[in-house]
Amino acid sequence: MLTRDQAADIFSRIRKYATADEVECLFYGGHSALTRFANNTIHQNVAEENFGVSVRTVFGGRTARATTNAFDDEGLQRVVQASESLARVQQEDPDLLPVPSTGGDARASTSDAVVVPTRYFDETAALTPAERADAVGKIVSIAQKQKLTAAGIFASSEAVEGIFNSRGLSDWHSQTSAEISITMLASDSSGWQKANSPNVASLDPAALAQIAASKAAKSASPREIAAGKYTVILEPSAVLDMVGFAFFDFGGLAILDQRSFLSNRIGTRLFGDNITIWDDVAHPLQSGSPFDGEGLRRKRMKLVENGVVQRLVYARSSAEKMKKLEYADKVGPIEATGHGFPIPNEMGEAPMNIVFEPSRDPKTVDQMIASTERGILVTRLWYIREVDPYDKILTGMTRDGTFLVENGKVVCGLRNFRFNQSLIEMLSNVEQMSVPVRTSGEEAFDMVVPAMKVNGFNFTEVTKF
Amino acid sequence: MPEKDLASWAVDTAAQRGATYADVRVVQHRSRALATKNGKIGNASDSQSLGFSVRVIVNGAWGFAASADMSRGSVEATATRAVDIAKASATVKQSEVRLVPEKAVTADWTTPYRVDPFTISVEQNLALLEKIDAELRSVAGVTLAETNMNFRREEQWFFSSEGSNIHQTKYVTGAGYVAYAFAGSEIQKRSYPNSFGGQWQNKGYELIDELKLLEHARRIGEEAVALHGADQCPEGVFDIVLDSSQLGLQIHESVGHPIELDRVLGMEANFAGTSFLTLDKLRTLQYGSELVNVVADARQEHGPGLGTFAFDDEGVPAQCTPIISNGLFTGYLSSRETAPTIGLERSGGTLRAEGWNRLPIIRMTNISILPGEKPLTFDQLIASTDHGILFQTNRSWSIDDKRYNFQFGTEIGWEIKKGKRARMLKNPSYSGFTVGFWNSMDAICSRDEWTLWGTPNCGKGQPQQVMGTGHGASPARFRGVKVGSAYKGT
Repeated sequence: MLTRDQAADIFSRIRKYATADEVECLFYGGHSALTRFANNTIHQNVAEENFGVSVRTVFGGRTARATTNAFDDEGLQRVVQASESLARVQQEDPDLLPVPSTGGDARASTSDAVVVPTRYFDETAALTPAERADAVGKIVSIAQKQKLTAAGIFASSEAVEGIFNSRGLSDWHSQTSAEISITMLASDSSGWQKANSPNVASLDPAALAQIAASKAAKSASPREIAAGKYTVILEPSAVLDMVGFAFFDFGGLAILDQRSFLSNRIGTRLFGDNITIWDDVAHPLQSGSPFDGEGLRRKRMKLVENGVVQRLVYARSSAEKMKKLEYADKVGPIEATGHGFPIPNEMGEAPMNIVFEPSRDPKTVDQMIASTERGILVTRLWYIREVDPYDKILTGMTRDGTFLVENGKVVCGLRNFRFNQSLIEMLSNVEQMSVPVRTSGEEAFDMVVPAMKVNGFNFTEVTKF
Repeated sequence: MPEKDLASWAVDTAAQRGATYADVRVVQHRSRALATKNGKIGNASDSQSLGFSVRVIVNGAWGFAASADMSRGSVEATATRAVDIAKASATVKQSEVRLVPEKAVTADWTTPYRVDPFTISVEQNLALLEKIDAELRSVAGVTLAETNMNFRREEQWFFSSEGSNIHQTKYVTGAGYVAYAFAGSEIQKRSYPNSFGGQWQNKGYELIDELKLLEHARRIGEEAVALHGADQCPEGVFDIVLDSSQLGLQIHESVGHPIELDRVLGMEANFAGTSFLTLDKLRTLQYGSELVNVVADARQEHGPGLGTFAFDDEGVPAQCTPIISNGLFTGYLSSRETAPTIGLERSGGTLRAEGWNRLPIIRMTNISILPGEKPLTFDQLIASTDHGILFQTNRSWSIDDKRYNFQFGTEIGWEIKKGKRARMLKNPSYSGFTVGFWNSMDAICSRDEWTLWGTPNCGKGQPQQVMGTGHGASPARFRGVKVGSAYKGT
């Protein structure tokens, strides 16, 4: 693995080659491996090692970035030259800020910054192809015993992220990650489970396989019922993939650009009063590095409190721009929060460590089912896209385990639905929530979210399986 | 180490450790991204990456390893890792991997281009984007203007234990822009020449000139603003006309993905999904009306699509496979491993990887609907439509995991009344089922209206790979389509 000391040495070589007023380097990379199976067979099985450095140079109000994975002298000279030649020819941007300094704005923001728990686990980093294959073998045996077909992945990785700049700021983060995703297929039904953790020891492949198999068996011979508005019980992955569409709108630049559904809505009650949402990189179920694309430490932020959008997150430049606007007093506190993406970029910033606050009276999914006279239990959603950016109407499909609930019991599997549902309305109609859990899906980054029982969920079509 | 020496070392190492097949790809990738946003630089970045991968079959199972460390020690370690991984794969298998034969070749090919895009000065590129940005913002009511220009160059050396030695260099150019208008409680937008990044082709800088970007900027800005005053697209069943870019995406989602043989065989079941096109449907399913003719064509003569190449990433020459012939379903996208499952003696040549560090998988090449044989201009198509809705430029897209039920929204719609384009419609959407929809096509414009669109952002595989695909299409008409359900009940 690339170490912090090695990166510091590369940074000092880059500084020697650079003629720019300021230089910032981001380091990234690691080892990753993924064992993929389908038809009860390991059909793809890959491993990769790669490290890179991304060099941002600044000349006055002009900046650009160049990236390479070649750390020899020629490669480093070339990447510096590429970055500088892109920066030099630009028109000056008077709003471009100098890079943050160690003793300056970066550390000034750490008064309420947070310390993340260790996210590097030797057992995860040392996982071998044979160990992954052994786990897949167990998953496949569970499938075969129930006359099902298994497909999925077992992935593991160790990765580093680092930042150094010419004002003396430096920071480094290393972590491991393990992920298992399983689909169990029967002739006319399927079931799915997925889990991700920095620590492979906290994943249980056999337990995930049993749940996916059970869903496939229980949803066999699916019935078709008419589309319409239903009470739904969304398992955490389904919640994750819906709410994931909200958080890129929580950046200050999204408001400045007038492309956010929160424009003119900050400080108003937008969701139900049972919805409180944090961004908290230090949460024990969260993952990721504690600093942003400029090296600022991420702050813990209460984004939504009892349904009211309270705060946005800001990169340094977005905060400075927002302070100058006439509606600055209507967007909550304005300050750099450590959520910026590497500069230059068009998106600004976003909260990437979402944690839903536990409900005062959490219910299990089984309790939600027991309290439902007629509704639909949804395992997972698929191919979600934004239909309307301000009403936040999303469309997508249910997948891999959709069930009819009647009189407090799961009755049968259902053919999958298409939905067209406003996310704002969905989060206004949450009747019950489970304890939030670390959750993985396919449309959004991992978060800590609950299962939700939601009234009036809008299904508009039914597909043929 | 020269690429051939590196490959020989890797192949020999793999063979000594038990590989019955090995191939090596060395890939050097360079890209440049430039963008403006509301008059300022939104992005200015360059990226270079060099690395290699080793793919092996050992004990009848696959292994793959990749590294950016090009030293002899790393090459040996990476090849050994690929073999060890394959041995692990072999402990969970139902059958042996078998590849259909392919003749070994030595070849060298480069994307035909007139101007290397990396030779054009950054000042010139930014000046054009800034002019477009200013033109968009000169329209009162435009609240956000974004422009972009992208260039890529990928040089690949492919070597196999069967003796292939293929050197290919591909150039890709892309550009486009978007105007947003936020007012009241609505955000509307218009893009040119297409949404989500514009138009992309395997071409040099000449594409930028051909797109006539600046000439369309004012109209695009004005349409974004005018959408606020337009009527909501009605709900109901209508005859619809799709412009060629929207038809390109319709092909991508409801033809291109379901014909991927790995999906059909269940290999993508956990992520991308499977396909309604089970093997029994080959040469039996009436996929579309008799006017529907679709090919998967990676050959240079098809045009500069993002799916154009000389050889795929396992050394199979580019081919043209008839996919739908006069409406009949006639072919899948295949690889050397999957071809035998449908009785083919040769791969269709569609295995491609995002870069040196990714395993090649079946990807769309240029999946194109052929233009109508009878002369039909766009104006004539509209003139022959009594009452309908014209859909232009994609805004949202979604389809189920077997590729049956789809829903698309476009940025703008127009009512067609008595053969004329009438009022503007906002928030247009349509939905349907794949086979019924393609069977409802009753007109398609001829060659003069045909454009080979590039989709640069197709995601597939685990770990996910983003790939460029090509889709040629002319505007076409579909009868009796469900319209407006995206806003039903909301």
